[in-house]
Order: sequence, then structure tokens, then C-alpha cells
Amino acid sequence: MIEKALKGSSVYWGWVIFLLCIIGAGFLAYLYQLKVGLGVTGMSRDISWGVYIAQFTYFVGVAAGAVMLVIPKYLHHYTKYAKVVVFGEFIAIAAVIMCLLFIVVDIGQPMRMMNVVIHPTPHSMLFYDMIVLNGYLLINIICGYNTLLADKKGLPCPGWVKPVIYLSIPWAISIHTVTAFLYAGLPGRHFWLTAIMAPRFLASAFAAGPSLLVMLLLFLRKYTKFDAGQDALQNIARTICYAMIVNFFFMGMEFFTAFYSNIPGHKATLEYLFWGIGEYGNLVPFMRACIVIGFAGIFILLVPSIRRKPLWLAIGCACVFLATWIDKGVGLVIGGFIPSPLEVITEYHPTFPEITIATAIWAVGGLVLTILYKVAVTVREEEQIV
Amino acid sequence: MSMDRRKFLKVAGLSTLIGLGGSSAFELLKPGKVDAEMEHEGHHGGHHGKAHKKEEDTGPKTRWAMLIDMKAITKEKAEKIVHTCHHAHNVPNWGDPKNEIKWIWEEEYEHVFPDSYNEYDEILEKLPFLLMCNHCDEPPCARVCPVEATFRRPDGIVAQDYHRCIGCRFCMAACPYGSRSFNWLDPRVKLKEEMAKGRKLNKRFPTRMRGVVEKCNFCVERLAEGKQPACVEACPDVMHFGNLADENSNVRKILRARISLRRKLELGTKPSVFYLV
Repeated sequence: MIEKALKGSSVYWGWVIFLLCIIGAGFLAYLYQLKVGLGVTGMSRDISWGVYIAQFTYFVGVAAGAVMLVIPKYLHHYTKYAKVVVFGEFIAIAAVIMCLLFIVVDIGQPMRMMNVVIHPTPHSMLFYDMIVLNGYLLINIICGYNTLLADKKGLPCPGWVKPVIYLSIPWAISIHTVTAFLYAGLPGRHFWLTAIMAPRFLASAFAAGPSLLVMLLLFLRKYTKFDAGQDALQNIARTICYAMIVNFFFMGMEFFTAFYSNIPGHKATLEYLFWGIGEYGNLVPFMRACIVIGFAGIFILLVPSIRRKPLWLAIGCACVFLATWIDKGVGLVIGGFIPSPLEVITEYHPTFPEITIATAIWAVGGLVLTILYKVAVTVREEEQIV
Repeated sequence: MSMDRRKFLKVAGLSTLIGLGGSSAFELLKPGKVDAEMEHEGHHGGHHGKAHKKEEDTGPKTRWAMLIDMKAITKEKAEKIVHTCHHAHNVPNWGDPKNEIKWIWEEEYEHVFPDSYNEYDEILEKLPFLLMCNHCDEPPCARVCPVEATFRRPDGIVAQDYHRCIGCRFCMAACPYGSRSFNWLDPRVKLKEEMAKGRKLNKRFPTRMRGVVEKCNFCVERLAEGKQPACVEACPDVMHFGNLADENSNVRKILRARISLRRKLELGTKPSVFYLV
């Protein structure tokens, strides 16, 4: 089926080449980083994780979001999702590939990466993260490929795939739970040390992943013959809206606990993120924008008459995607390091090579998604399951 | 007894891999002379009772600890200690907070005890506290390391294997004391630069490569030779090193007589660095 990605319009090829150029630039930047060391990034002794791990965390969420289609389709037999489920699974594949790449570029000795497998360490959460992420990638490749193949042949999915699809549901929950555990189990990092981290991760994941999906489906409806259907789109939008409300609710609970208890350590990062501490306040505009954009997204998706208009639906989803990205892809990871365990504030300024590498990984995700979507849409167009 | 580094790593690595309680493997690693001294100290008061002996049989025989005497420390002594340690371990001096490597360094009271900082204590406020790895009994860094590149030896030392570390920096996020440093750039390049200006390399300790984490190692390499840690040798009136598991050891005697502080006890990490105030 993959050969279907080789035939396309000039716009398609233009887009692919554009992505390849970004990837090429990022690859060069990575070679530079590999040669000189991670010192070429903006990370420091105090801010020891930066853009890479933040993006990793966000995209684990995007990957897990696919389950919001799988559950209605396979557990509740909601047939209107039948032809869009595969697009959710393809987002998961692209997102997990991005996650793995973000880990690879973040580690100081990538040639020793296999040590994680050679010396399995069950008391480390990173060990489980390695298992669940690679497992999730495999599960989604199996499910996505077979769903599409069945569509192509006009046959139902082979029986053995079903258990794998069912397995993908708890597995999706697990990837984001384990990723939350990377943070939520660390003593001395007050901002991360919260039992609500995993639930909040899941809520924002179930908003972020499907909002990307809706934007892509709207794009496909406009520019290809594939139409996901108004009902499917509207229902995904409802899911996104609820998930985003829960996400903000959880965020509010963090504020309550920190500020009502009045414990300095618990308040410090929130103060830094939303008001700034002293002269330090790099992330304040981002975090405030996150709140405003997030509520705008909720409002747009909550009001049926607005949500039904495709343009507004796209804007609403873009708002949710952006707000969750700022929350997790900017504030959460960086914020955890501010203030440091010695209560010193060091700010973080990502560098040009660092951003180039991160952008290139976004481009890899975009390329994988483009190819997979191209195949899926072509199959659908040929079989007229549009 | 002496043991070269390769052999040490082999034994240490192997015993961790097999998950040995370590008694046999670490018997080999037990620093001879220092330990003998401790034992000698322990015995010279005569018998120390059956109950104590029993306890020693069941618990670990050695648990290294460091005592820092805040009444004896001065700015000059602190600087001397930092300088001695960093030269003994070939720690480059990057001179900027972004890339710096620190095994032991000076810090103010407010930052050392942020959760129990008493702003009315004007005595502690003026003292140059020395910070280092706490060699915790329950080290969060070793718990999170995905490759066991950092691990707790049965003698209490939290060791770091520079040859296994993948540089994920999970340990840096996990350490509640900010004790770990990452080689963001190639330390050998910097050391060469410094050597051109007259710095001498300690040929008895390896330099590191970029991309790995490092920290204070309680001078395992010196203990193995029966020597005291470099900081203790630099200022023996400020730094006291000894066996916490032996109730008649030098450190236990001092702890019995003096008031001591440990950092962030509420986190349950059980640090083995004590500040005598």
C-alpha cells in the first residue's frame, strides 16, 4: 500500500520536499550537537531538561489521544467513527516516532542507548516508558495497517487484530501514565510531586490528540474526497471540549492546593509561571496565553452553533492544541526546574541549534503523518469509502 | 590492599548486576587501612558488648559519612577544600553556571536548607556551607537511573559509572540536593586549556567524556588505597569522615557530642552528610 505515497500532485511533493529540507537542517544541527555536546543547547546545570523532553512529554499525550476514537468505535460500536479510527492510529504512530526521536536527541551518549535494554532496570520509570512507548508504536502499526488493508479489500478486519485493538486501549492510558510517573515520583520537585499529574496528563492528552485529528480531518474534507462526516467531527469536538474542561479543572486544583495551603515550595513554580518571581518571568506571557487560548477553545467547542461551522471548529481545535502545547510542551517541564532544589532561579533560553533539531523532529512527524494519510486517503478514494 | 580501577568496576558492576547483597564482593572492596583504623578506634575502649556485636552482624558493617564542622570552617578553608577536591578529580573549571561541574561547592544557608531556613538565625546565615553529594541511604538518583549507572554500594557510597551512563539526566531531575553535574561540553578540552595555563592533571583519576553525569564519590579511589577523602586531608579540622555503622567510630563520637543538621530530612532520603553547628 505504501506505494500510494509515491504518486501525488506537485503540491504534495512540494510539501514533502519542504519537510525534508527542515529535516536535513535539523540533521546537520544534530551532528553539530553530537560533536560538541549538549552544551550547544540552552540547557544548564539547573535546567537539565529542556525543549526536547518537553516536546516528548507533549507528544506522548498526542499519541495517547487516539484512544478517544478507539473506545467509542470498538467498545461502544459507534460506527460513525469506523472510517476515521485509522487516522487517529496514524497520528499515534507519527507522535510516538517523534517521542522516541526527542529522547534520542536529548541523551548525552546516544551510542549507549541500548544500555537501557542490556541492563534492564525495573525500578526506573524510564525503563517502563521505553517498553510502553515501543509497544504502543507496534500496536498502532499493527492496528492501523490491518484496518486499512481490510478497507482496501472491502473485508472486515481479521479476527486476530481485535484483541490487539482492545489492548491498545489500556496501553494508551499506560503510555501517558508512565510518562507522568517520570515526573510525579521525584522528591524535592514540588511542582511535579502531585498525585494528579497522571490524570491531568490524560485529560490534556484526550484534548490535544483529537484536536489535531479534527484539524487534519477538516483539511482532508476540504482538499480531498475523504469526508469524515459531520457527526463524527462534532462528536470528537465534544470529547475534546470535555477533556479540556477536565484539564483546566485539574489545573485549578493545583492552584487551590498550593495557594490555600500557602506552602512556599508548592506555590513557587506556579508563581514563577503565571506572575514571575522578581525579575524572572520569561514564561509568564506563554502561560497567560495558555489560559486565555484554552478558555477560548473551550467556549468555541462548547457552543453548538459555533462548533458546527467548519472554520470555527478548526479554530477551536487549534486553540485547544496550542493551549495544551504551551501547558505541557513549555510550562510543565521547564517549570519543574524553577526554582532549583537550592531555590535559585535560572531561566532557560533554547538555542538556535536546539530549536532547529526540535523543528526537524516536528517535520519528521509531519512527514510520517503525510505519508500515512496520503496512503489512507488514496485507499479510501479508490475504494470509494469516502 | 590495592585494586585498580578496572578490577574495581568489574567487581562492583558484576555484584550489582547479580544483585548480590554484596557482602562477599564488597568485602573485597572494603577499604583496608581506613577500616582498620576505625576498628582499632572501636576496640580501644575495651569490649563493646554483645548486643552491639549482634547488631553489627545483621546490619551493614560500613556506612560512610561526612561531618562538616561549621564552627571550624572559614571562607579560606572552604575554598581550599573545593580546590583540592576539584583538582584531585580533574574537574574542569568552566567558569560559567551553565556548563559548570561541581563536586563540592560553597553555598549560603538559605539555599542549603530552603525548607527549614530560619531568617532570624544570623549565625548560620554568615557561614560558608559546603555542598556535596549526600550519599543518601535511599538515593532517588539511583532509583530513577534506567541503566544502574548510578547505584548505592553497601558501604553507603552512591557511585557513578561514567562508562555506562547514557546521559539522560533523570538523576539530575531526581536529586533533591542539586548535587549532580552533567558534562554539557567536553571536559577534556577545557582541562587541556587549563593545563596550558599551568594546571596539573591528577593522573591517578580518570577524566570524563562529554555527555555523562558526575558528582562527589566520597573519594572511593582514595578509600580503596586506605587514604582519607581529599577534602578531609585538605582540612582535617573541618571535614570528618568515618563509619556511621560503628557506634564507636570517630564520627559517631562527634555526633554524640555536637548538634548536627542534615538537608531535607523530610524527603526520606537519609543523607549521610552532617553539618555540625
